[in-house]
Amino acid sequence: MTTITADHHGDHAHDHHDADHKPAFFQRWFMSTNHKDIGTLYLIFAIVAGIIGGGISGLMRAELAHPGIQYLHTWAMMMDGPEATLDQAYHLWNVLITAHGLIMVFFMVMPAMIGGFGNWFVPIMIGAPDMAFPRMNNVSFWLLIPAFVLLLGSTFVPGGTGNGAGTGWTVYAPLSTSGSAGPAVDMAILSLHIAGASSILGAINFITTILNMRAPGMTLHKMPLFVWSVLVTAFLLLLALPVLAAAITMLLTDRNFGTTFYDAAGGGDPELYQHLFWFFGHPEVYIMILPGFGIVSQIISTFSRKPVFGYLGMAYAMVAIGVVGFVVWAHHMFTTGMSVNVKMYFTAATMVIAVPTGIKIFSWIATIWGGSISFKTPMMWALGFIFLFTVGGVTGVVLANGGVDDVLHDTYYVVAHFHYVLSLGAVFGLFAGFYYWFPKMSGKMYNEFLGHLHFWVFFIGVNLLFFPMHFLGLSGMPRRYPDYPAAFEHWNWVATMGYMVMASGMVIFFINLIWSLAAGRKAEGNPWGEGATTLEWTLSSPPPFHQFETLPVIEDSVHH
Amino acid sequence: MKTVKSLVLAGLLALMPALALNGSALAQDNSVAAAPAADNAAAPAESASNATAPTAEAAPAAPKVAAPPRMKPTEGIGMPMPGEITLQKQFSPTGHTARWLHDVLLLPLITIISVFVLILMLYVMWRYRRSANPVPSKTSHNTLIEVIWTVLPVVILLIVAVPSIGLLADQYKPAPKDALTVKVTGYQWYWGYEYPDNAIPEYVSNLLPEDKAKANGEPYLLAPDNRLVLPAGRPVKLIITGADVIHAFAVPSLWLKMDAVPGRLNEKSVFIEKPGVYYGQCSELCGARHGFMPIAIEALPPEQFDQWVLSQGGSLKGAAEKTAQAAPAATEKKI
Repeated sequence: MTTITADHHGDHAHDHHDADHKPAFFQRWFMSTNHKDIGTLYLIFAIVAGIIGGGISGLMRAELAHPGIQYLHTWAMMMDGPEATLDQAYHLWNVLITAHGLIMVFFMVMPAMIGGFGNWFVPIMIGAPDMAFPRMNNVSFWLLIPAFVLLLGSTFVPGGTGNGAGTGWTVYAPLSTSGSAGPAVDMAILSLHIAGASSILGAINFITTILNMRAPGMTLHKMPLFVWSVLVTAFLLLLALPVLAAAITMLLTDRNFGTTFYDAAGGGDPELYQHLFWFFGHPEVYIMILPGFGIVSQIISTFSRKPVFGYLGMAYAMVAIGVVGFVVWAHHMFTTGMSVNVKMYFTAATMVIAVPTGIKIFSWIATIWGGSISFKTPMMWALGFIFLFTVGGVTGVVLANGGVDDVLHDTYYVVAHFHYVLSLGAVFGLFAGFYYWFPKMSGKMYNEFLGHLHFWVFFIGVNLLFFPMHFLGLSGMPRRYPDYPAAFEHWNWVATMGYMVMASGMVIFFINLIWSLAAGRKAEGNPWGEGATTLEWTLSSPPPFHQFETLPVIEDSVHH
Repeated sequence: MKTVKSLVLAGLLALMPALALNGSALAQDNSVAAAPAADNAAAPAESASNATAPTAEAAPAAPKVAAPPRMKPTEGIGMPMPGEITLQKQFSPTGHTARWLHDVLLLPLITIISVFVLILMLYVMWRYRRSANPVPSKTSHNTLIEVIWTVLPVVILLIVAVPSIGLLADQYKPAPKDALTVKVTGYQWYWGYEYPDNAIPEYVSNLLPEDKAKANGEPYLLAPDNRLVLPAGRPVKLIITGADVIHAFAVPSLWLKMDAVPGRLNEKSVFIEKPGVYYGQCSELCGARHGFMPIAIEALPPEQFDQWVLSQGGSLKGAAEKTAQAAPAATEKKI
């Protein structure tokens, strides 16, 4: 869509010393103001959190492989001491589901998508030397560390029946207020506060950077779709997170200072919390998936050697998803006893989201149509993303039906649905982006064979893991159960097998990662050829420490 | 005003079990009338596993009517089946409509869309691989096709929306005036059932331990000791609330799920078409034993239901008003 005549200096020898002067280790990594270094820190953080969050899901799948309590009691004794009761074991289960959800949402997907790839590539893609507020950028990252420490620490202090916060990632009152004595839930809430503050600062930074620091000629309608996706995401964060902060602040005061915002006995209402939470929570799911949309658009275009089909439609579909995403929240609350008119409205509004999502799916396929496709690893992940996101999307249309949701609500059907759009959507987007930009970030090529192997093993694994959950949900298995009636054993066992396949895929990923960092072939500035048209491919791999000291100029091309 | 009133009522409801417990402690040896309440309130761990119905032996003052025998569940009815990939068989009118909507409209539709996208993707991946198409086209717009793939989903959604909205309207039809009202209360971690129309005070329903469930021929984790006994073929109005945290009263084979929220009285009308045992489980995270507070509805033929009501020391509807004065005060303050 645009031809880039970037007058970049970064990889030229004559100014090498200026552009590539790196501070000493401690100053570089602990007091960083460089968007690429901060992006790297975010990615490392997300990988660590992902290992913990993914490990927790492994514990859960192990426990759920067969009916009956297999390991949970033993784990409870390890955590709470040898006298741990069965109730404490059940509580530990709730702690595991809570930790898995919060870690994956707030400490894996969001830091990787927005903090990691957003930091790394938004400034480069718009031709900016860095983020608008480099020190604030550093604060955003370092706030995540205490947030994560608080969340992990909460598992070792009392939280009601046993140690840890066992409220689910939604932290519904009154289970999270009168239902969970002890400091664990307070720590989890403070953790969310800090992570939320970190995200708000990041969002302000991205909005400012994108609106003010685009290179000459880089109009909004010429920005790569990944930048569009981060811009929309940043607005969602900015508008949604304060609502979460308010909601959980009221939880804190209900818990500690005798207020009754969510307590009917004092004139409050537990439903108020749910409305506030989901007013944040629904945009949150788009916060997790929109950057994935952006990444997939870049990759599909690159490896089809074609410009993105229907660029404006793609950009404004994301804007539409973002806007409509704010007015559908109560479809998470269909069984709370809302009135029929409210339920009809939220059913209809939710279904509307399928339209812009459909535009995106078809535009991706149209981008491939007529292209010249090379099936490099990032392309495989992007193609996998499109199909699996479609599967997750259509089950969303089923759940959007308030009347049908009466039976599917809070069952494994919902678990299957949101793992298809997040674990198979957002995570596929993350891997696609990781393989796509790995040569750019590290200067080394990853191993193509291991990349493909990782894709296929992971693809088979997650489908085995999550597809049977649709069946479990249809036949009525509720979520968040450590034990289940014998009838559900078959598909639970299949799901656990799927987890093991998926986990072996992750082993391949880490082997590839370590091998490539240590012994990977040196990457060229643009390893992907003529299809890669965005600005990051005009720089060396890895880019110089400071890029675009003279701003690139983006000229109009004949197309567009 | 309405809200305030319902909150007050809810507060009273929430206090109920405490009142009942106190009452039972005081009235242990002097009051026959209080005996059922005492027995019930003390029941949590105690169970009537294979005894007939909930409080059969706890109604000395009532006319001696034997409770109908505890119904045996039928394999594949009102419960999940091993390896099942579909919704459970439905036994209520809205359940049939909803299942039809899912099985006939939604499921084929989402399958067709997914397969269509898959085929399209496999085709373009094969047709436009680099070896087959070395020179890419530069097309990036086609207004007609963009309009088509925007409008077509809108049309499909409208087609889906019509029956969906219809289903919702059906589900919210209020129960007729003569419907039997039953109050369901979620506790950590058991259910309480009360029949204000029949002056049957609340009795509780706990998880049936594994050995007893097995001995009883009932599925463990689905079977409670005391079931919620309802008439089949008569409209029922469930008033659902929570005493401590939020629970959800759910029975998949009746297309029934409603949150039990402290401070709220949620209403759900139910019509069970056939006698039988219909199992369900708590469906809102409510703490440690969330997975261990099962639900079973025993739907009896109407005349057997009346027999059951009498066996509990209750009065048949219509006669209820007269007997109401005799029942403990807390029970009808809120009716």
